[in-house]
Amino acid sequence: MSSASEGAGVKNNRRRLILAMAGSAGLSQAPWALADRGIGPAGLPEGALDSSEYDTLPGKQPLIKRSWRPPNFETPVRSFNDPYTPNEAFFVRYHLAGIPQIDAATWRLRIGGDTAETPLELSLAELQSGYPHVELAALCLCSGNRRGLSKPHVPGIQWGHGAMGNALWKGVRLKDVLAKAGITGRAVEVAFDGADTAPIDATPDFVKSLPAWKAMDENTLIAWEMNGEPLPHWNGFPVRLVVPGWTATYWMKHLTSIDVRSTPSAGFWMAQAYRIPKGRFPIVDRFVSQEAETTTPITEMVTNSLITNIRDQGIYRAKTPLFVRGVAWDGGYGIDRVEVSIDGGRLWQAGVLGDDLGRFSWRQWSFAFNPEPGEHVLVARATNRIGATQTFDLVFNPAGYHNNVVQRVRIRC
Amino acid sequence: MARKLLLSLIVAAGTFASVASAGEDNIQLKEGPGREIVETRCVACHSLDYIEMNSPILDRKGWEASVGKMVRIMGARIDESEVQTIVDYLTTQYGK
Ligand code: HEC
Repeated sequence: MSSASEGAGVKNNRRRLILAMAGSAGLSQAPWALADRGIGPAGLPEGALDSSEYDTLPGKQPLIKRSWRPPNFETPVRSFNDPYTPNEAFFVRYHLAGIPQIDAATWRLRIGGDTAETPLELSLAELQSGYPHVELAALCLCSGNRRGLSKPHVPGIQWGHGAMGNALWKGVRLKDVLAKAGITGRAVEVAFDGADTAPIDATPDFVKSLPAWKAMDENTLIAWEMNGEPLPHWNGFPVRLVVPGWTATYWMKHLTSIDVRSTPSAGFWMAQAYRIPKGRFPIVDRFVSQEAETTTPITEMVTNSLITNIRDQGIYRAKTPLFVRGVAWDGGYGIDRVEVSIDGGRLWQAGVLGDDLGRFSWRQWSFAFNPEPGEHVLVARATNRIGATQTFDLVFNPAGYHNNVVQRVRIRC
Repeated sequence: MARKLLLSLIVAAGTFASVASAGEDNIQLKEGPGREIVETRCVACHSLDYIEMNSPILDRKGWEASVGKMVRIMGARIDESEVQTIVDYLTTQYGK
């Protein structure tokens, strides 16, 4: 298989091309020569930029490889100009490297636990025929998206902007399945396990739980379809959890078991990982059974936005309308407005919102202006329907979560 | 050598798609004392780009904490006597 060396070739050619372009435009200043090579925003750790390259997982288009095993592949920002992120371009995130190919015909979902009075086991056909179908648009965003931009840097997958994707998900309500399993009022959490495993038994299995109230939310789905097609292997085939509004750590892929619990789940991935400092973020949803003295599990996404069609340190034509496009999202209240500044954040003008695809979807937006010759710093800022907005300074936390610092895109016209 | 062998064992035993392992084969950690031991101890659960990607952002304390997490939490089988060599290598070659 020669894909790896081709990927590396693309990276090197691209680097040369960009340097050549910078040279031909007569730009000698260092920052402009360091332009984004298409594998990550400037600001990622040097080692992350150097070790990343475009490569192709089976069934995917070339994505930005952050790690080979387990595969962690990021979507290039240019793919975010579509309202729904194509399945072939959708990011891939795993913690554990044992990833089985699952046969849908023999796959089973077990639902049980100490507060499920009528445990059951479902085949895919039974799941699909036994409960009303629901389809909704929702953004799937890795908790660690933009970790690579943390200052100071923190260890983990060094994601740029692309560990997210918007899709139309089809499945059944988790609450309908839990009702069938006889969930009782004593349920505190509902825990989920997928078919992926660690290569070494001693490694904590990736098990995640939701508070019972979120599991019973009518928008929390057990989904088998993504953008009108079966889930791609790398995105959880045959069935994954969809937890609209909450970060993707809860969206268990290759779902195989559901455990309705009267006690908090104590595994590593709940009790120690995916935690944020208490009281530092404008978060509404609490996860009370998992709260510790100083930390609490990450829950809903913070309000955020991204400019998707303008390259940082790009060169654009002056005195010609420039269309700036982007996306904005939040934890499920819906985006109220996006404001754009072309002078680094001094003056703000209203952006135009695109179609409303539902409150859990991202919202596309655009903004047009006639740039004067010279340098401009584009900044976008989203605000949601409960008034939560983005920050100008990073709220540092050791895992690099919830980075919603307004993005600054420098252009020359 | 040892790493190649380990990798082929992982691929033979595992369910992981071989395409990604082919890419992983091209990873070249920096030359330096301790490289061999890092390559054999740190490759069991994930590819070695986890090290490259996280550089140069950790100082000695940071790498000590990271290696400690791999042993105590993730279950890495690393001898107490090897830890010093591994941390030295990571700090020198991939530290800030
Ligand atoms: C027993 C399995 C195992 C071994 C052996 C192992 N690791 Fe890890 N390591 C993990 C797991 C699991 C993760 C989390 C992966 C993820 O979430 O993407 C991880 C993540 C990491 C990370 C990212 C930061 C973090 O803490 O998540 C670094 C850096 C790392 N490992 C370095 C090393 C080094 C250096 C060695 C050798 C000393 C090593 N690992 C050996 C299991 C292991």
